Amino acid sequence: MPSFIYVASCDGCGQCVDICPSDILHIDRTMRRAYNAEPDYCWECYSCVKACPQNAVDMRGYADICPLDHSVTVTRKPEEGKISWKVKYRDGQTKEFTFPIRTTKFGSIKSPLEFEIKGHIDDQLLSHEPEIMGIIGVPVLRGKVQ
Amino acid sequence: MSVRSSKSTRYVDSDVLIIGGGMAGCGAAYEARYWGRKLKIVLVEKANIERSGAVAMGLSAINLFLGLKWNENKPEDFVKYARNDLMGLIREDLLYDIARHVDSTVHLFEEWGLPIIKDESTGHYKREGRWQVLIHGESFKPIVAEAAQKSATEIYNRVMITHLLLDKDEPNKIAGAAGFSVRDGTFYVFRAKAVIVASGGASHIFRPRSVGEGAGRTWYSPWSNGSAYALLIKVGAEMTQMENRLVVTRFKDGYGPVGAWFLALKAVAKNAYGEEYERKYIDEQRKLYGNYVDSRPFPTCLRNDSMLREIKAGRGPILMHTEEVLNTKEKEDEGWEDFLDMTVSQSIVWASQNIDPKYRPPELQASEPYVMGSHATCAGAWVSGPEDVAPNEYFWGYNRMTTIDGLFGAGDTVGASAHKFSSGSFTEGRIAAKAAVKYIQDHKDYAPNVDDQYIKKIKSEVFRPLETYEIYKNVIVRGSVSPAYLYPNQGVLRLEKIMDEYCGGWGQFYITNSVLLNRGVELLEMLREDLSKVAAENLHQLQRAWELDHRVWTAEAVIRHTLYREETRWPGYYYRSDFPALDDQNWHVFVNSRYNPNKGEWSVTKKSMINLVV
Ligand SMILES: Cc1cc2nc3c(=O)[nH]c(=O)nc-3n(C[C@H](O)[C@H](O)[C@H](O)COP(=O)(O)OP(=O)(O)OC[C@H]3O[C@@H](n4cnc5c(N)ncnc54)[C@H](O)[C@@H]3O)c2cc1C
Ligand code: SF4
Ligand code: SF4
Repeated sequence: MPSFIYVASCDGCGQCVDICPSDILHIDRTMRRAYNAEPDYCWECYSCVKACPQNAVDMRGYADICPLDHSVTVTRKPEEGKISWKVKYRDGQTKEFTFPIRTTKFGSIKSPLEFEIKGHIDDQLLSHEPEIMGIIGVPVLRGKVQ
Repeated sequence: MSVRSSKSTRYVDSDVLIIGGGMAGCGAAYEARYWGRKLKIVLVEKANIERSGAVAMGLSAINLFLGLKWNENKPEDFVKYARNDLMGLIREDLLYDIARHVDSTVHLFEEWGLPIIKDESTGHYKREGRWQVLIHGESFKPIVAEAAQKSATEIYNRVMITHLLLDKDEPNKIAGAAGFSVRDGTFYVFRAKAVIVASGGASHIFRPRSVGEGAGRTWYSPWSNGSAYALLIKVGAEMTQMENRLVVTRFKDGYGPVGAWFLALKAVAKNAYGEEYERKYIDEQRKLYGNYVDSRPFPTCLRNDSMLREIKAGRGPILMHTEEVLNTKEKEDEGWEDFLDMTVSQSIVWASQNIDPKYRPPELQASEPYVMGSHATCAGAWVSGPEDVAPNEYFWGYNRMTTIDGLFGAGDTVGASAHKFSSGSFTEGRIAAKAAVKYIQDHKDYAPNVDDQYIKKIKSEVFRPLETYEIYKNVIVRGSVSPAYLYPNQGVLRLEKIMDEYCGGWGQFYITNSVLLNRGVELLEMLREDLSKVAAENLHQLQRAWELDHRVWTAEAVIRHTLYREETRWPGYYYRSDFPALDDQNWHVFVNSRYNPNKGEWSVTKKSMINLVV
């Protein structure tokens, strides 16, 4: 479903432009607001919707597939580690869902430099192995043909 | 002043250069930093690493986890499973290697904060199927990107790599890569001692089923553009199994995943008349495709084959009977999360068409073909295996190194090793990175030497589409029809049409033969010639121009491999009507190809398949 932008809400901050994996959200120079410049390359990944601080981005199902009068909206709350969806059917039925997105704080991952090197560049162990796997050693193929 | 000379050039030196910041690229950055404490690690991404690649939207399952800790599976079991699913052809050394390491990746993901759903009674990860675990994966990509951001020395977002650079003095050695910033048009030359290509698979090679505004609704992301293959092919790296394109069965139009519905919720697919059909053709299939049809689980391509037979017989649509299983709120949530975490479109399709899966069985459909190396498919680069597992024929010094020295691959890039998915691709990035660090340590004195003349040449090539547009735009009044140039989207449409009609796309019911394929090669060659006349009005279109270029090269490898393999190995992915049966006597082998950049010639050969796991 290609994204589109409500003119009344967008302030042209460019965060959607910055995130779109397809590079199809561009800033209209006269309007100074974002717009979808290439709807047929939109995956409806919702990255732009989730990134917009003004809730200015929405989706309208692909014209070749979707009858009008539906909506799927989202609120993502990284600080609370959850995301909520509201699905509104053409016939008016709605469904709501909330799912967790992360169990730790955003930004909390440690650099590999904070871990001492165990193992050796010549062996078959990757970082944190084998301890992290809860087994005593990385499996070795028996009966290797050479 | 011409457009191209106005673009400045920036040189960036590094030890390890990673091309693509998706699952494999992020894994590579993490592991390269772990082993290469002081190395300069540079990652280049054409989009924004925070939401890029096939996992941009998120995922609702990790499709490969063994559970070694809980004795759930052995690496050998996984090798056998993947081998059966790919109708007998995989590099067992590569898959064994993924299998023995993948658990450490999944446990790392959990430590980092990816919510993995647990089975309350055992405390183990909750299984979707034998190999899959369920996750709340909306933020999978931001989490994995964070690990890469903590690891790489520098990350260049919005820089698209267009070319790999070989060493001036040692023509079979990598020296770096070049590309341009999609934002400011800077031309980048990255010099590196080792390069890891992790730039994902390819959609929009074959004509998609969606049309017009919906054309972006492909199952694999529309930004997966085959750079992983084209970059390698153009410098003469050996490729394997490029004919093994993937067709997936998904919910119609939205391409919503079926995994959770089939495996966890146990919904059943039936034809229009309520009949289960999957094993209805087993005797005919056995006659054509041999004992592979008795593998459990039933191979993915054969499941497609059964469905296509039903549809051809006029017994479509195929319906997934969700209404028989959605009897609790918990199950309904599980089904919907499968979409909302990774294919939101499917919910929009259903909402707009008033399809409530609780009451009405939705339609299934087979997709257009995709080219990739990490799913139930294995196109990609021919790489060296791990030294303690690979037989001599599959080992040349460094794990996951391509046939070019110092050039590594991971994820969708690497061929003959299917079923890696997100976790396996990240793992393969880690494996490749450790090997790349070892390579750098073993070649301490190496300083990459790029050829200035060649850089000049490709710089003008890279920006040529902008120039072409400037020169010819005033020949016509306005509009998109010009005798002098082709816009990138026009080129993509031509490519998709050729591949669909001549190389077994959905428009031909996935059927082709040598006459069609030879004609396809001819038309593709002409498209390749026309690439020098592609025009771009701005940097965004310039990105599209290079995506097209990479798609066309990928397609050419696909069609040449398809022509060479004279059998039908993966019915349901494609059929050779002139060789309708699977032929183990002659074709239980890998098909490998090499483009010779100096001569401009392709060569295609067989490589033996060595059994390691019995
Ligand atoms: C709809 C869908 C559902 C899926 N479901 C599951 C699932 O449930 N479980 C599971 O485990 N897996 C699933 N997968 C598969 C998984 O996403 C892939 O296996 C995995 O992402 C492959 O990793 P990769 O690093 O090779 O490619 P990607 O993750 O796609 O990364 C490639 C990266 O390279 C960048 N790039 C490309 N070209 C260039 C260039 N020229 N220059 C610079 N950068 C470039 C791209 O922008 C991208 O960031 C699914 C995929 C899709 C699309
Ligand atoms: S992020 Fe929102 S407010 Fe900012 S430019 Fe995009 S649509 Fe407008
Ligand atoms: S939905 Fe995704 S592809 Fe479409 S505009 Fe938004 S970010 Fe881009």
